[in-house]
Amino acid sequence: MPLTPVLTKRWLEPRSWELESYERLDGYRALRAALAMRPDEIIQIVKDSALRGRGGAGFPTGMKWGFIPQGDSTPHYLVVNADEGEPGTCRDLPLMMADPHALVEGIVIAAYAVRANFAAIYIRGEAVHALRRLQYAVREARQAGYLGQNVLGSGFDLEIVVHSGAGAYICGEETALLDSLEGYRGQPRLKPPFPATHGLYSSPTVVNNVGTLASVPAIILGGAAWWKAMGPEKSPGTSIYSLTGRVTRPGQYEAPMGTTLRELLDLAGGVREGRQLKFWTPGGSSTPMFTAAHLDVPLDFDSVAAAGSMAGTAALMIFDDADCVVRAVLKWTEFYEHESCGKCTPCREGTYWMTQILRRLERGAGTKEDLDTLLDTCDNILGRSFCPFGDGATSSITSSIQYFRDEYLAHLDGGCPNHRNRTLVGAH
Amino acid sequence: MPVTEETRTKAREIIARYPRPRSALLPMLHLVQAEEGYITPDGIGLCVEELGLTRAEVGAVATFYTMYKRGPTGEYLVSVCTNTLCGLLGGDEIYATLREYLGVGHNETTDDGMITLEHAECLAACDHAPVVTVNYEYFDNQSEESAVRLVDDLRAGTPPRPTRGAPLCGFREISRQLAGFLDERPEARDAVSIAEPGLAGLRLAVERGERAPEYPEATLATTERKEA
Ligand SMILES: Cc1cc2nc3c(=O)[nH]c(=O)nc-3n(C[C@H](O)[C@H](O)[C@H](O)COP(=O)(O)O)c2cc1C
Ligand code: SF4
Ligand code: FES
Repeated sequence: MPLTPVLTKRWLEPRSWELESYERLDGYRALRAALAMRPDEIIQIVKDSALRGRGGAGFPTGMKWGFIPQGDSTPHYLVVNADEGEPGTCRDLPLMMADPHALVEGIVIAAYAVRANFAAIYIRGEAVHALRRLQYAVREARQAGYLGQNVLGSGFDLEIVVHSGAGAYICGEETALLDSLEGYRGQPRLKPPFPATHGLYSSPTVVNNVGTLASVPAIILGGAAWWKAMGPEKSPGTSIYSLTGRVTRPGQYEAPMGTTLRELLDLAGGVREGRQLKFWTPGGSSTPMFTAAHLDVPLDFDSVAAAGSMAGTAALMIFDDADCVVRAVLKWTEFYEHESCGKCTPCREGTYWMTQILRRLERGAGTKEDLDTLLDTCDNILGRSFCPFGDGATSSITSSIQYFRDEYLAHLDGGCPNHRNRTLVGAH
Repeated sequence: MPVTEETRTKAREIIARYPRPRSALLPMLHLVQAEEGYITPDGIGLCVEELGLTRAEVGAVATFYTMYKRGPTGEYLVSVCTNTLCGLLGGDEIYATLREYLGVGHNETTDDGMITLEHAECLAACDHAPVVTVNYEYFDNQSEESAVRLVDDLRAGTPPRPTRGAPLCGFREISRQLAGFLDERPEARDAVSIAEPGLAGLRLAVERGERAPEYPEATLATTERKEA
């Protein structure tokens, strides 16, 4: 499986983030082409490309754009989800730092397609350098006429505001993000109604991930068939896979959707020397973990789902036989406890109790019944929470007990066989 | 201390960016944090006055988000990622070492007012684990020793360059930037934005001569002809 840099292809250029570098390498060609089309023609190309959202859920992008009512008189909005906070996920920030214009161009094309004249990039607060890069890029784009009034003489107007969050993982969930962007606590809204009809200020709104929008200029230039030539039919295109943890060369590897961990590990020099792969996440901490038995699962939305997990954000966190799965799961669960927005009881209370039990288990003070209580609690959260955050909080627990029950049992007497005397810190 | 007129003017500039005023609340809270390094009662007052909200409404928002600080923050906010991946790769030890070395706990500030320490959740830099940020600029691939050196340098007034990101500025200045005011320093505009792990796949692709298929001429011809 060859590497297929599309989103990452400009990252090695000197000053890759500047307008001049971007324009030299196809930059804003797609926008010129798009502005010569009708909005519905653009939506059709994106539909035909079968592009699916890179924010985690894999929703078909063209279909999402197609839900926006046409010919109404209410304002439409485009909101960019740059909140990147799912543990293990680290591909949107490098994209915005190395090639911010790809995102800006994707935004202008998308906004034109859904007839939005105001777009907001909601970027997580901790990402100050990516924030700067976006602000410089927006300024350069405006000076060059790609933004603002009458974009490139087309009659289309667009303003982009770059908006920093303030440290809350839940604001990555699209409706919590919208509440936060409206100046409220970031708590999810009931769906339906969906943002397509009742989004920002209750108006028709598209919320898209950074990687989704940054793919759009290439799709316009290459066409739907070109995009579909990479990866599986129903989940095509390229994906930036983030390999992290116990690998020889961690980093970002862009390859077609459906590449396997075996192939990716091969590129990254394998698991660190002398160690064996033990467990890994296919798409961040909210996706059920996999083991060495899953090395050949094609990493695309449908194949990963068929294997019992989710492709999520292609955040491949790799752990080896020196890593304690109980400790890893405890730390993730502490994260969910800390980040639970508190709106619904199963998640707010459940993540608290699961953390208590896991702490006990990790230090060797747990009982066999604790494992059943944990699974029971997961059962009460999964599918019963107000938003998918709750489901995500149970993923690592249920999957780790499924694959590593014996290791939990080995902790009952005196704690972790590998890590006695370790201190543990994190969100308490 | 009442907020300055300059801050009030800036608050109004923020409000003008949005279709509806209340959307300005998060950036305005960053802005008032830039005054004294935390969310002060006077800062809340500014949001109340300018947005026509109640103190309770503003307070409810301010307390929801971790980046709004409730007490004075040091010149440098040192955040150690202790989420699972960084934690297991050494972040837990780095945090424990700094806590002991500085004699402060989570969200506490050293007596000289220079450093506030915190453990942080995943900072979206896991390919550079374990990661520490100072005023949210990345210091990648840290160790216990390098982290101690880092805080020593900060306290000595010789802040090192981040691995990725602009030369450090103080916590208040960063809060001002978070309110959406651009960092105009040339050295910030030119700062390193990507490091080796971000380039790992691309370098390999170049080395092996691998690339995505070319854009088909036929598609370019139809899409770009329309424009001509
Ligand atoms: C708890 C939670 C956190 C999320 N965090 C993010 C995020 O940081 N970035 C993102 O793009 N999507 C995130 N999502 C997914 C968004 O809700 C939404 O599906 C996505 O932004 C849609 O964009 P896409 O269709 O382009 O993927 C999150 C979802 C949940 C439930
Ligand atoms: S599941 Fe958790 S994060 Fe989602 S609404 Fe309920 S409490 Fe909030
Ligand atoms: S786990 Fe530390 S940056 Fe992601």
